[in-house]
Amino acid sequence: MTAATLRKRSRLSAYAPALVGLGTIVGFFLVMELLVQTGMVNRFIVPPPSEILGSFGRVIVEEHVFSRFVLTLTECLTAGVMLTVFGVAGGVLMHRFKLLQQACETWVAAMASAPIVLCYPLFLVIFGRSAWTIIMMGFVAALPPVILKTIEGISGTRKVLVNVGRSFNLTGSQQFWKILFPAALPTIFVGIRLGLIFALINIVGVEFLINFGGLGQLINDLAERYDLAGTYAAICFVILVSILFFMTLEKIERWLRPVD
Amino acid sequence: MAETGRLTRVPAPAPVIGPVTLLRIAIILAVLAIWEFLSHSGWLYRDVVPSLLAIGRAMVELLTHGEYYFNLGVTAAEVGMALLIGGVAGVAAGILLGANRFLSKAFESYLYYLGPTPKIIFFPIMIMYFGVGPESKVALGTLSCFFPVALSVAAGMRGIDKVLIRVGHSFRANAWQMVVKIYLPAMRHPIINGVRLGLGVALIGCLLAETKLSNKGIGFLIINAYSTFDMPRMYAMLIVLFVLSIVANAVVGRLGGLHTIKRQ
Repeated sequence: MTAATLRKRSRLSAYAPALVGLGTIVGFFLVMELLVQTGMVNRFIVPPPSEILGSFGRVIVEEHVFSRFVLTLTECLTAGVMLTVFGVAGGVLMHRFKLLQQACETWVAAMASAPIVLCYPLFLVIFGRSAWTIIMMGFVAALPPVILKTIEGISGTRKVLVNVGRSFNLTGSQQFWKILFPAALPTIFVGIRLGLIFALINIVGVEFLINFGGLGQLINDLAERYDLAGTYAAICFVILVSILFFMTLEKIERWLRPVD
Repeated sequence: MAETGRLTRVPAPAPVIGPVTLLRIAIILAVLAIWEFLSHSGWLYRDVVPSLLAIGRAMVELLTHGEYYFNLGVTAAEVGMALLIGGVAGVAAGILLGANRFLSKAFESYLYYLGPTPKIIFFPIMIMYFGVGPESKVALGTLSCFFPVALSVAAGMRGIDKVLIRVGHSFRANAWQMVVKIYLPAMRHPIINGVRLGLGVALIGCLLAETKLSNKGIGFLIINAYSTFDMPRMYAMLIVLFVLSIVANAVVGRLGGLHTIKRQ
């Protein structure tokens, strides 16, 4: 066997899992198409995949998907800015005052496991049926991981770096800005990434639930109109947007911590 | 020679309440005082910040009525069912993906990226498939719960000590025995962790679905209180729900921890 054939074979085997994964999904859609077209699956419950594919263009053009996407992204980024400011500041404050950290860290951790998104009716009362309800819901639900990761990042600064700062007689503020904060930045970004993911999930969810805003409302709207193919297409669109969002955040994180 | 005249320091008695507890009490009292002040100030819309007394009264009323426990039972059953179905499916998928590198490369990235997508958007589809009853809430909870359990178990499966697997093979254990005797006991931590994450998202999935469309369950009671603008009742329900979910989370985590202590 020649080296070229071996190389070709190894390249093929490297792509084989991805091809199988993709092939399974395509196969699933083909089987569904067949089942729906033959009447074995009710097309008023599951529209044929070809119809869903066909309705993508209609949904994008008629339902103003781009402006809805921009709206959801703006809400998410606004929540993200608030998360970064208040979450990081909260984490730094808790690290600075150890007693405060000991008293409150378990509360913040408990908040992270509580179903905060269930407070959306409360936020509706406070902020009304507006974008602020959605933004604040995303912000509050995503705050705990940012605070916890900021504390973790600053506490995890290597002792040798702190000692270098001390040997240079740095003041408290210099020690923070020149040593602690830069060292903690990659971990803080992990927190911000988690926070942004939580924010996106909650923002789209609340948009869907209160029927207001961008992409979440689109799904609710289409479902209420019983436009099944459109609903499925909108769900696929939201999933694609979410995946792109996560991938972008991951890329930024990798860029920030190239050593790991 | 006997030691005489040596002074020994009597250890100071430990304070009854430590500084951390004191600070916690101070924070809680400050929050309650600010809350009460706001409720009487008239700065906010009436009833947006009801008085503590009104919330307390609503909580007592809530906890002494059978209706609340019935709805709590409905939600608990939905979440339990979702956790059971999603958990078992997640463990099975996780074992498959963790045991087979090829399958993992083929499908795990899909799970990884689908996992954090907002599951509530699937609710219209679940209503189509399962109707407006508790079944659609269970389905949404199951879908939410499946991903964290599967990903956690797959990662745990890859982390199993190879020696344990070789021991299983040397005893000629069949596939079922390998799962029951080797994989599951060796993966108890990732499984507990996955179940913990799964419990949280299943709870959120079921409750959010109840707030959207249902006629029973805690989510329904919360949205009902919102619709009738019964704010003290809504606050009371949210507080009880938060306490219950935090306790449930802690119990699952503690069970996992206790298990480890016994084994070590």
